[in-house]
Amino acid sequence: MLKFIKHNLEGIDGVEIYPIISLLLFFTVFITMLVFVFKLPKRSIDEISQLPLDNDTNIKEITHE
Amino acid sequence: MEKEQFYYDNKIVKMFLWATILWGIVGMLVGLLVALLFVFPGLLEFAGADNAISWLSFGRLRPLHTNAVIFAFVGNGIFLGIYYSTQRLLKARMFNDVLSRIHFWGWQAIIVAAAITLPLGYTSSKEYAELEWPIDIAVVLIWVVFGINLIGTILKRRQRHIYVAIWFYIATLITIAVLYIFNNLEMPITAFKSYSVYSGVQDALVQWWYGHNAVAFFLTTPVLGLMYYFVPKVANRPVYSYRLSIIHFWTLIFLYIWAGPHHLLYTALPEWAQNLGTVFSIMLIFPSWGGMINGLLTLRGAWDKVRENPVLKFFVVAITGYGMATFEGPMLSFKNLNAIGHYTDWIVGHVHIGALAWNGFMVAGIVYWLAEKLWKTPLYSKKLANTHFWLGTLGILFYAIPLYVAGFMQAFMWKQFNPDGTLVYGNFLETVTQVLPMYAMRAIGGSLYLTGFVLLAINVIKTAKAGSPVEDELAEAAPLKKISGKRVAGEGLHTWLERKVVLFTVLTTVAILIGGLVEIVPLILVKSNVPTIASVKPYTPLELEGRDIYIREGCNNCHSQMIRPFRSEVERYGEYSKAGEFVYDFPFLWGSRRTGPDVHRVGGKYNNNWHFNHMSDPRSTSPGSIMPRYSWLIQNDLNASNIEDKMEGLVKLGVPYSAEEIAGAKDQLLAQAKGIEESLRQDPEFVKIMAQVTFKIKKLLL
Repeated sequence: MLKFIKHNLEGIDGVEIYPIISLLLFFTVFITMLVFVFKLPKRSIDEISQLPLDNDTNIKEITHE
Repeated sequence: MEKEQFYYDNKIVKMFLWATILWGIVGMLVGLLVALLFVFPGLLEFAGADNAISWLSFGRLRPLHTNAVIFAFVGNGIFLGIYYSTQRLLKARMFNDVLSRIHFWGWQAIIVAAAITLPLGYTSSKEYAELEWPIDIAVVLIWVVFGINLIGTILKRRQRHIYVAIWFYIATLITIAVLYIFNNLEMPITAFKSYSVYSGVQDALVQWWYGHNAVAFFLTTPVLGLMYYFVPKVANRPVYSYRLSIIHFWTLIFLYIWAGPHHLLYTALPEWAQNLGTVFSIMLIFPSWGGMINGLLTLRGAWDKVRENPVLKFFVVAITGYGMATFEGPMLSFKNLNAIGHYTDWIVGHVHIGALAWNGFMVAGIVYWLAEKLWKTPLYSKKLANTHFWLGTLGILFYAIPLYVAGFMQAFMWKQFNPDGTLVYGNFLETVTQVLPMYAMRAIGGSLYLTGFVLLAINVIKTAKAGSPVEDELAEAAPLKKISGKRVAGEGLHTWLERKVVLFTVLTTVAILIGGLVEIVPLILVKSNVPTIASVKPYTPLELEGRDIYIREGCNNCHSQMIRPFRSEVERYGEYSKAGEFVYDFPFLWGSRRTGPDVHRVGGKYNNNWHFNHMSDPRSTSPGSIMPRYSWLIQNDLNASNIEDKMEGLVKLGVPYSAEEIAGAKDQLLAQAKGIEESLRQDPEFVKIMAQVTFKIKKLLL
């Protein structure tokens, strides 16, 4: 009876390729990303981190109500 | 360079803020109601026990609660935060005021449409995607409006680099569009009835690919974006690590999309898909906790502020809740823990850590902070906000802990065997009545949380009254100079990417598509994934109508139709479920929670009279049951006049009904119904009951 839920995997042609593709994708994506992230110059990082803290210059306001 | 002056649109932020508060109260109130129905099943039978009200039954209200909280409360909450932070981070007013208003009013109209249609039983039954097809189309249109508005603002920005918060908004925009469209592909039958184009296993996989990622890309990524803006803003210090936020973003959006099948472990889903889901879910803990750590450590050296500022208190508990929920998620994806947790109240506790702590408290913190900013006045009462904080925190604990206990009790009672090989709790009902005290405590927790939220509403209303009217703020910034599209000297690759928005969006799309494609395409294209079973036949017309009633009443909110291959389940429910049995199930109805027992093999187990009585009054056949009474199923006529349309629609989806079968559908339906009626009338028990019945019995309208 277990045949209905087991061995579904083997039914796919060329199934071996899937785990290999996954592994390769996984590594390429993450290793490249890590390399780029650690190569980022410190100065630009500090600048960008400050973005939310930029104080908005309020000169005058228009009212709705 | 000369600076340009422009106004930030604060009015739209204010509109979303009020909508968030209103729908928050509505959504939580409905939640409290359905929680009370567990303890008092007859609570909403206002017209007498024999006249239960269809639109107040649990199966119809539960989707209303989940949709209201997710799309109305959290939805408006994230739009509120996005409209405020996007303008400031990009130094530009929203792209188009008219689009902003269409987005706002369109979204509210969709919510109202959902609040009307769901209780009326117009539902596709797929969790968090219950809305029927006309409303689905409206959702897509409004989402496109939001998309144009957001992308338009990004394109006319005066800030070259898009900050991490904006990345999360972009990911949300793209992914929700993809998920929503593919999960809601339906074959319309009438104006408010459709069938999913996928069936059985495929439908289940697509649904949980959507369901899981609705959590990911509606309840997580936009809120993370808000966290990356508002936590540094309120604490007045930059995010702990910008590098970590880059890793957090890309890993999270890439991994999340693969994890959906962990909702289907031990089901009839092919094992390779289950294993993919497990592996990626476990990996997800790394980006999730990276994000949590990044959020919490932003407060380094500012913990003294947390003591004084209620907004930061809300944020700290919210981020901690995020950490808890994202620890639990991977744990629940281990097959052995999933075998315990699945179908139990553990899952309900788990999602409420996410909803009440992470989403609810993030939104609350943002609302308090923005109330001061928008109305330019201190908060009406800090004390009241602190009271809200403590009521809410206690509410979360009172909600979640009893449900964890209930979850483990259920799992162990379901699996417990006597030495002679029989089940200790052979009657499922015993496992329900045992956990009723936990349900009572859960309702108390929910009440505390709701009370806290009402305090927020009062506080904000008072603040708005005392403050100055909402004004659009004038700001100034230099427009962007044209610079080379290539990397300039000393510019890191990701820094460069942060100004190439189109490329950024394309890469985001690629990252989220890979996982979905690898999982879903083979399952839909490769026939051998679902071994067919010769004895499985399409539903008869009467069965089809019955199935549609099952969908309309939301029976799948409490009953599964998926017996897992465990000794305890096979002993209790019968032979475990196989993929091939569901090939004609448009949509699948596996369910995700067993408040009541599995019903996959319940057909034929009891006689017709039992079912009649059980639907009329579940307590007459099962004393102590908490199932609602379905008197309207017995008293209202059944309109089966469009059965041919339904069958023709299903033929287009691949169900092999012949032309003769469709032409003779009504006769066949009537014949099968008459057969059941006759068997009922020959049952002496039934005759005895009918002698006392005063209400009219329904007719078949053909």
